[in-house]
Amino acid sequence: MINFMLVIIRRDLLLVARRPAELINPLVFFVLVVALFPLGVSPEASVLSQAAAGVIWVSAMLATLLSLELLFKLDYDDGSLEQLLLAPYPAWSLVLAKVIAHWLVSGLPLILLSPLIANLLFLPTQAIPTLMLSLLLGTPTLSLFGAIGAALVTGVRGGGILLTLLILPLYVPVIIFGAAAVVAASQGMAVDGYMALLAAMLVFALMITPWAAGAALKL
Amino acid sequence: MTQSSWRMPRWFHQMGSPKWFYDFSGKMQPWFAVLALLLLSWGMAWGLAFAPADYQQGNSFRIMYVHVPAAILSQSIFIGMAVAGAIGIVWKMKVAFMVARSCISIGASFTLIALLTGAIWGKPTWGAYWVWDARLTSTLVLLFLYAGVMALNQAITERQIAGKATAILAIVGTINIPIIKYSVEWWNTLHQASSFSLTQKPSMPAEMYMPLLLTVLGSYCLFVLVVLIRTRTQIIETQSHASWLMQHKDVSGA
Repeated sequence: MINFMLVIIRRDLLLVARRPAELINPLVFFVLVVALFPLGVSPEASVLSQAAAGVIWVSAMLATLLSLELLFKLDYDDGSLEQLLLAPYPAWSLVLAKVIAHWLVSGLPLILLSPLIANLLFLPTQAIPTLMLSLLLGTPTLSLFGAIGAALVTGVRGGGILLTLLILPLYVPVIIFGAAAVVAASQGMAVDGYMALLAAMLVFALMITPWAAGAALKL
Repeated sequence: MTQSSWRMPRWFHQMGSPKWFYDFSGKMQPWFAVLALLLLSWGMAWGLAFAPADYQQGNSFRIMYVHVPAAILSQSIFIGMAVAGAIGIVWKMKVAFMVARSCISIGASFTLIALLTGAIWGKPTWGAYWVWDARLTSTLVLLFLYAGVMALNQAITERQIAGKATAILAIVGTINIPIIKYSVEWWNTLHQASSFSLTQKPSMPAEMYMPLLLTVLGSYCLFVLVVLIRTRTQIIETQSHASWLMQHKDVSGA
């Protein structure tokens, strides 16, 4: 089963490597959304540094959602999803492998990009490690919950906007604790509690979402 | 594999038969209609006209007799919908999916009523239609959850698949409701200390509390009644080819 998952991860990464736009577009979107805030709200450092945590988290969330739409769609369209589900392995292992591959190409680059974005928004430097760590714990949770939505809307026309409707309410806890951790860090307060909660949500998501998304894929 | 000796009772499986459910719900319907009418009119009349006015809020508190039942039902219905969906998935009952489907728009309506009456009540009491209080926010998220379930249910045309997909989403949503609720509560206490708390119930005298109990129970009966009506309609829609329905007195008109 581990081999099966590794094969899937390798295959998905290879597919992305052949179509780099899929990797780059969500990142450009992420930077663009962040860049809109100074234009719309205020370029003042004092305003931006206060809003930075929330802006970065909301933008990361939207970028994740954007890339999630294609999680199962391409495989569904060319018929390979059906074949993969026929493989003698549980559906959750397929989901988990695809989510890991998705996170490697969408979540990880976001984290690597976040110090630059934080700088653009005048986030205090001391908060940057916390920002990266909170994204590291939070974005996999986003990908995992998003997999349920992606699985449910696979094969439904106009699935993109539907996906956002299904999944955004479930993201509420992640954004609350993710952004709160960064705010606490920029004020020099302890962040262990937030990190523990983000980690707990990740473990929780790992337990239920591959199963639920697998069940949804089999519909 | 050893066979489990414990089984679900017979009536439970009978519920899964559209014909049986149709007949059974037809018999239950008038009872719930009478109960809902009785409890709601009694509770509303008592609450709106006869209960003593609040010493601080005056008469504006009386919206509570609509607001509180709606808020309670908005959450119960979501859980009920998930339970019905889970039953549908586990025991492969079409009727359970129909019940879950019937719940969606009723639950969304109650959530909307709770939010609107809350806003109307909030203006004279707090001086604002909307505040980012923990309870208000989590109710708003609940409304979004209903919207997602509703959109998914309508996007998939094949009833059976729509039922299963909706059930999965409702179950995941229900597991998340407590997490969302507590995270919003913590978030709120982090940002600002709430100057007014809905969580601590003021100790109410019985003349104010009893009508509330009646309207809550009446609303539950109304909810069951509407679910039965909507589920029966769906049975007629989907079973229109079935011979038992053609010969049924409700349809043949004899």
